[in-house]
Amino acid sequence: MEVAQISIFLENRSGGLADIVDVLARNGIDIKALTLADMSDFGILRLIVEDPERTRKVLKDGGFTVEKTRVVAVEVPDRPGGLSDALHALRGKGINIEYMYSAARKSGERAIIVLRVDEVGKAAEALQGAGVAVLDRLDKI
Amino acid sequence: MRANWNDAPEGFHPASAPDFLPLPQLRQVQLQRLQAVVRRAYEHQKLFRQRMEERRLTPASVKRLEDLGQLPFTVKADLRDTYPFGLFASPMEEVVRLHASSGTTGKPIVVAYTQSDIDVWKEVMVRSFAACGVHRCDVIQNAYGYGLFTGGLGAHYGAEALGATVIPISGGNTERQLMVMQDFGVTVICSTPSYFLHLLERAKEAKLDFGRLRTGVFGAEPWSDAMRDRIQQESGVRAQDIYGLSEIIGPGVGVECLNQKGLHLFEDHFLPEIIDPETGKVLPDGSEGELVLTTLSKQAMPMIRYRTRDITTLLPEPCACGRSIRRIRRVARRSDDMFIIRGVNVFPSQVETALLRVEGTLPHYEIVLTREKGLDQMEVRVEVTPEIFSDKIGALEAVHRELEEALEQVLGIRVHAVLVEPRSVARSEGKAKRVIDRRNV
Repeated sequence: MEVAQISIFLENRSGGLADIVDVLARNGIDIKALTLADMSDFGILRLIVEDPERTRKVLKDGGFTVEKTRVVAVEVPDRPGGLSDALHALRGKGINIEYMYSAARKSGERAIIVLRVDEVGKAAEALQGAGVAVLDRLDKI
Repeated sequence: MRANWNDAPEGFHPASAPDFLPLPQLRQVQLQRLQAVVRRAYEHQKLFRQRMEERRLTPASVKRLEDLGQLPFTVKADLRDTYPFGLFASPMEEVVRLHASSGTTGKPIVVAYTQSDIDVWKEVMVRSFAACGVHRCDVIQNAYGYGLFTGGLGAHYGAEALGATVIPISGGNTERQLMVMQDFGVTVICSTPSYFLHLLERAKEAKLDFGRLRTGVFGAEPWSDAMRDRIQQESGVRAQDIYGLSEIIGPGVGVECLNQKGLHLFEDHFLPEIIDPETGKVLPDGSEGELVLTTLSKQAMPMIRYRTRDITTLLPEPCACGRSIRRIRRVARRSDDMFIIRGVNVFPSQVETALLRVEGTLPHYEIVLTREKGLDQMEVRVEVTPEIFSDKIGALEAVHRELEEALEQVLGIRVHAVLVEPRSVARSEGKAKRVIDRRNV
């Protein structure tokens, strides 16, 4: 139960982000979720897309440094405390979260959260054990 | 009685006498010393002896000064290959000092001095100061770095032997430099020209003047007449160029006199030749080529025909100052890819050593040199390869830190590493252009 995330190295220059998004647009790739980690000199763009392998390839061919990583995606109730249950499940198993972000979605029902952890399998198990809905794909959201 | 306590005493400094030797006498001194130093190197430097034997030469082959041209060259790689002590010609008990400077890769090169070598060094530094019009009543702020670098201690010993007052402030801490300069009545400063430009900028910002400062003795990196004009106009300080390199002795190999028309070489101690860097052939005076120096009086580490890689011209005309020792034109470029940043010699191969240490394979990279507020900055732009890329900021930051640490370890100075996207570094056909120098020296 896991989802692939595409990460791209971004140097700190104007237009850097636009270049990447252009490649995706040209190839008809829909972005389901994204987050940008920025440091003073460089950044890392992380994407959840429909077809991670094809995305990786078109970006690599476009001259970018790309990495495909396994992440966990969960669906949590869109209300105060909705995320809390999921995180408690991970804490109980001593699983550390590197970073996380949420996916774009119609609000009001369920929210989708992408979690980056070191032990993806163990995290998915812990979450399911606690009754959290773990998604195996994100292309239908 | 002089009007001011640091007005110049009259006449030349007695140590400057050899600068004015009549030419026949100077050539005689050079020949005698050359024969002695070749013998010394032949007897104590295995590498030199081997090369002499391959050419079927012995010290007796040197009968005239012109015979020098047959002798083998010594190059920087020889110091690396015999690291650390392989070229010493004196036993360690006679060596009183070691200095080191950067080599072409990770290891530095080591140079040694006997007491007599230190005395010669002091002498040529006294003569250097004297040629710049510096004298025993001066207060000298020595902002060259003290340590393994030859600049600090070389200038220090010379300034003391001159009888001047030395402030051993070393490099860095600009605010303190400016305070000391004002409060201690400094009249002379020794530093790299770029560091002085930095002091100049900071003094302007702080609305300070340079007080009694009269002369700067600037060296350890290439600079231009345009930069001299700027320094002299903006600061009112006379900017004198001094030349030297660790392999030969350190600062004090040559210096400008007050005419500022080329640098006089103390050729009674350092015999110059100009060669074609491609063929190695000796060129006549007046031609541009690579400067080759032979140390005539060094004991601990004689250098026979050391290739400096500095491109210059030996000026044959006599100088208006009356010195008989010849001059070279200001060194503006080199025959290899070495560059100098904040007084420190850097080879791109050293940068490659550091990158390889971190990444395992050599990434595409380039070195960008800039000058901000008079201070040289070096940036190493490294393309991010899939091998070092990670989706975790922490991991990428760790690589970045490792790169900067490895660079500092190998180069001995802090430089900025910047991670850049693939293909950011221009690809060139043939030999890659690794260094982009935007300093306008």
